[in-house]
Amino acid sequence: MTKFTISRRGLLKTSAVAGAGIAAPMVWSRPAYAYTNEPTGGTVTLGFNVPQTGAYAEEGADELRAYELAVEHLNGGGDGGMLATFSSKALSGSGINGKKVEFVTGDTQTKSDAARASAKRMIERDGAIMITGGSSSGVAIAVQGLCQEMGVIFMAGLTHSNDTTGKDKKANGFRHFFNAYMSGAALAPVLKAQYGADRKAYHLTADYTWGWTQEESIAAATEGLGWETVNKVRTPLGAGDFSQYITPVLNSGADVLILNHYGRDMVNSLTQAVQFGLKDKQVNGKQFEIVVPLYSRLMAQGAGEAVKGIFGSTNWHWSLQDAGSQAFVRSFGQKYGFPPSQAAHTTYCQTLLYADAAQRAGSFNPCAIAEALEDYQFDGLGNGPTLYRAGDHQCFKDVLVVKGKDNPTSQFDLLEVVDVTPAEQVTYPVDHPMFAGGELGKCNPGA
Amino acid sequence: MDAILLQILNGLDKGSAYAMIALGLTLIFGTLGVVNFAHGALFMLGAFCAVTINKLLTLQKIVLSDTEKTAWGTPLELRTPYAEAWFGDAGTWLIDWSVPVSIALALPFMFLVGLVMERGLIRHFYKRPHADQILVTFGLAIVLQEIIKAFFGANPIPQPAPDTLSGMADFGAAFGMEAGVIVYPLWRLVYFLFAAAVLGAVFCFLRFTTFGMVVRAGMADRETVGLLGINIDKRFTLMFGLAAVVAGLAGVMYTPILSPDYHLGMDFLVLSFVVVVVGGMGSLPGAVAAGFLLGILQSFASMNEVKQILPGIDQIIIYLVAVVILLTRPRGLLGRKGVMEA
Repeated sequence: MTKFTISRRGLLKTSAVAGAGIAAPMVWSRPAYAYTNEPTGGTVTLGFNVPQTGAYAEEGADELRAYELAVEHLNGGGDGGMLATFSSKALSGSGINGKKVEFVTGDTQTKSDAARASAKRMIERDGAIMITGGSSSGVAIAVQGLCQEMGVIFMAGLTHSNDTTGKDKKANGFRHFFNAYMSGAALAPVLKAQYGADRKAYHLTADYTWGWTQEESIAAATEGLGWETVNKVRTPLGAGDFSQYITPVLNSGADVLILNHYGRDMVNSLTQAVQFGLKDKQVNGKQFEIVVPLYSRLMAQGAGEAVKGIFGSTNWHWSLQDAGSQAFVRSFGQKYGFPPSQAAHTTYCQTLLYADAAQRAGSFNPCAIAEALEDYQFDGLGNGPTLYRAGDHQCFKDVLVVKGKDNPTSQFDLLEVVDVTPAEQVTYPVDHPMFAGGELGKCNPGA
Repeated sequence: MDAILLQILNGLDKGSAYAMIALGLTLIFGTLGVVNFAHGALFMLGAFCAVTINKLLTLQKIVLSDTEKTAWGTPLELRTPYAEAWFGDAGTWLIDWSVPVSIALALPFMFLVGLVMERGLIRHFYKRPHADQILVTFGLAIVLQEIIKAFFGANPIPQPAPDTLSGMADFGAAFGMEAGVIVYPLWRLVYFLFAAAVLGAVFCFLRFTTFGMVVRAGMADRETVGLLGINIDKRFTLMFGLAAVVAGLAGVMYTPILSPDYHLGMDFLVLSFVVVVVGGMGSLPGAVAAGFLLGILQSFASMNEVKQILPGIDQIIIYLVAVVILLTRPRGLLGRKGVMEA
């Protein structure tokens, strides 16, 4: 008969190994969630990823203000803003799906790698269920790709490149903002009416994805009018002094300068083009003209006097008189003391649209939300009737053509809306050559 | 030909800024042996002297309207600049000439900033390796730009040139060529002349004054000058202040050319270092010559005819020149023997 004996040391070792074995599944595995960051408590966390430093910091600050206002309205605070004018009545100011909305913020620094790192941090560490933000197409495309991989929804902020919902589109990504193609389609008829069909255009273009697609879109639209493209010159992002690129324009034979620049680059290139007398110049028997296809009020403020009489396009402007725009301007103006920018408007709308989709779906599952947003038609958010197209997750709505005001009445009253181009005129097929090359793919719920 | 002349003019005004920043940078290195990465921030501080003066001169009396309201429902603010209300036409003139007027603030302010920077921080790093000096001055530059951002925001703030100097100059007609072909912004020509005057004044100061002679002697042999009983450290501190003033003045007058923002200094910092390296570390004429040379080369590299042959050359030309110079003349164009050499 074998006598079973165990020493004290042996007992301790065996207990430790057994204990570790039992505890391991609890330590190393998570509860089985249906999708990434499924909220289990009384709150839901949104991640606002905006440039808080770098070239687009001013736009990022305005985006953040709008996000905070949207969260306040979703939780029942303030005057409710555009919740009252939004065509969907699913949201009631009691959070989303009965959960109070909280948020975390990240700084994209207008750099793709920094933006991906901050979005990843918000998803992994802070449990963000949705990421939103932008102000640079390069950044938006990078973060959209990350959100697709990690299984969260990405509601793009200010991103205007065709590629965001073109070759780089993703099933988890949605864009409310308009794009470069739409700018071209909206601007072309106005440019023809103002400057005629016999013009020679010279492009100065920011050398990255947004600049390239805008140059392609505007050149195609103006060549369609009969304009000749004299030259397309790429300029480094953040060049500062553009004078060495402007001097060749003087004797190039061109009579229109198209500045495919945004933010600080646009402020500098436009100011310097005006300094070089281009606005007062006569070429080919015509008055020389400058066009800035993508405008923003914040940029107009930076460029000062130089914006007077310059045409461009914009996603939204605070002077619009529809009920949605007025409600948003009132809420934003009373909270911050100045009107919102187009960047603020699009980010506010995106937050509301996400919340509304989650509420209608009755879930935070990214695939349920994507389904709720696809081919969704809505109104009351300042842009008239709008469609979130299922084929590429791009919003289709009216586009504003604006002009720098000759006699501004205040520091914010810098642009005037000269034309509202109907949505049908800026709509294109999903497989349009300028947007071809990528697949939307399938929604990824993560987990 | 017209295009070449225009690019030469462009290179000269661009080179003026490079030369003024690089002169201060190399002056500090030549006297104190410090690699000052905060020098771009001094250029930016100078630019914000102009912004500050403009903001002070355009301070507005705000009256809330009883009848009109803003789009968000608050009473409309009716604004009138105090300067115009108090001084009439003189106030309007002051606002119009705010950029040149800012020089009056920039001179003492930048000199003080230079002295405080040198006495308060940089002197503690004289005997430390260059890597430590770079780290501390780079850190200081970041702190300064974040302070400016906190006060003035991130957006560029436009500073118009005086009306009479903001038009175009018909450069070609002035030299007997066809009128209207070579026209150039008047303020950029003013900037070039201003830079030439400042650079000339600094060279004259160092060349023809006893103070300058002692400084030059100190740059050549600090120890021997010290042994003669001259307090060379005090003079070198003043030279740091002078370098800060030159960078600041360059910044003030540059504001109508490039709307200043908090990042302005960093935009010029790397380029200015390349200018100093190409000109020769510690060489004052080298810095000025290299500033204008690189400015002109950068302008020519941006010509379409050049870019068609060498695409992208405009973005690398300055660094390409630096590599070639360092390979063929490691001390730079006019560098002294023994500087930055172990």
